[in-house]
Amino acid sequence: MTTVSLTVNGRAVSAEVEGRTLLVDLLRDRLGLTGTHVGCDTSQCGACTVHVDGMAVKSCTMFVAEIDGATVTTIEGIAGPDGALSPLQQAFREQHGLQCGYCTPGMIMALTALLQETPKPTEAEIRHHLEGNICRCTGYVNIVRAALAASGQLAPDTGAAH
Amino acid sequence: MHAFDLVVPASLEEAVAQLAEEEAQPLAGGQTLIPTLKARLAAPSKLVSLRGIAALRGLAQQGGELVIGAMTTHATVAREARAPFPALAALAGNIGDPMVRNRGTIGGSLANNDPSACYPAAVLATGATVVTSARELAADEFFQGMFTTALEEGEIIRQVRFPIPVGAHYEKFWQPASRFALTGVFVARFDAAVGVAVTGASENGVFRWHAAEAALAEAFAPAAIAALDPPDEPMIADLHGSAEYRAHLAQVLTARAVAAIGA
Ligand code: FES
Ligand code: FES
Repeated sequence: MTTVSLTVNGRAVSAEVEGRTLLVDLLRDRLGLTGTHVGCDTSQCGACTVHVDGMAVKSCTMFVAEIDGATVTTIEGIAGPDGALSPLQQAFREQHGLQCGYCTPGMIMALTALLQETPKPTEAEIRHHLEGNICRCTGYVNIVRAALAASGQLAPDTGAAH
Repeated sequence: MHAFDLVVPASLEEAVAQLAEEEAQPLAGGQTLIPTLKARLAAPSKLVSLRGIAALRGLAQQGGELVIGAMTTHATVAREARAPFPALAALAGNIGDPMVRNRGTIGGSLANNDPSACYPAAVLATGATVVTSARELAADEFFQGMFTTALEEGEIIRQVRFPIPVGAHYEKFWQPASRFALTGVFVARFDAAVGVAVTGASENGVFRWHAAEAALAEAFAPAAIAALDPPDEPMIADLHGSAEYRAHLAQVLTARAVAAIGA
């Protein structure tokens, strides 16, 4: 067992972990942050995507013991302190970017990272960026539209393509 | 996952010492090893993370070479190799997906030597040197077949030194589910020679296509490839493609890479 200290969504956290403790297990099982989902056991689906030191990573494919001192942001840390949705979250809602919602936290975290680096991505860049995020409801068209809308590249009142 | 200890040494010497222990295994970016551990296909008693070793990270240009630390992530190579070695930057930017690229490392990819991985093709085609904790290995001696390298137990890759080609291109035919190469070809053109390496195709792992190298050294044009027989290698046959299909792909992709580099 080792003790690690992290900053999770702005809050200082310290925990005793085993070598094999995955970041996603710490978030979900110990910190109660169940917005981060687990959709596979093979590192393919991206539902578990969070930001560690500002970079999008698969929290199911990293050990907590390796990231002592890191700053972690999960889906729970994306909305404002008053609960106001981020522009991307708002766009997902308006563009019908989610169906069952299972993949959505991972999609939001992946696309938030993209928009930080590339404020106005092309549709091709958005699709390339989502190669590690699987939506089993296959709602990719509206997910891409949401990213376009959030980056100001889609008139807000065109209505969702249902 | 079975239980194991995880240590994060701050120096290479300490990591080498930790790895001397029975059943200890190095952990680089973990993007292959962690899924393997989850599937209980590996059961080390100790993992030695290389993330704490600052000397293993970063890119530097030294003379005509681009030197990349083993723990440099694909994302960093995609960003920082763009000016000195754009073909390598493009290759790194198409490995896996963005989250994998933020964690996966060049050293981890090479040490694993997956027969469908992208980096081995670049290392072999450019005749790069793999520098380890113990010695320097030429690319030709480093790769020894599927998932097999010249690395000894406990030997750690420190850096890769790429001679920078005059022109280069990596042409990858995606296996759409895994994002690995169904077949991929790296062509590196130097003043006096051409390197052609094929990944994803052979039962022997990444290989140099010597006939194509000789033909391109004579005449650097796609037609020089079209005139050849497909590479004489024991090609992989699986549900994604037959041996003939992969041999054909190797040839087509080589010609495309040559066309992309231009005359
Ligand atoms: S749960 Fe992490 S990639 Fe699927
Ligand atoms: S909305 Fe159901 S998996 Fe994406």
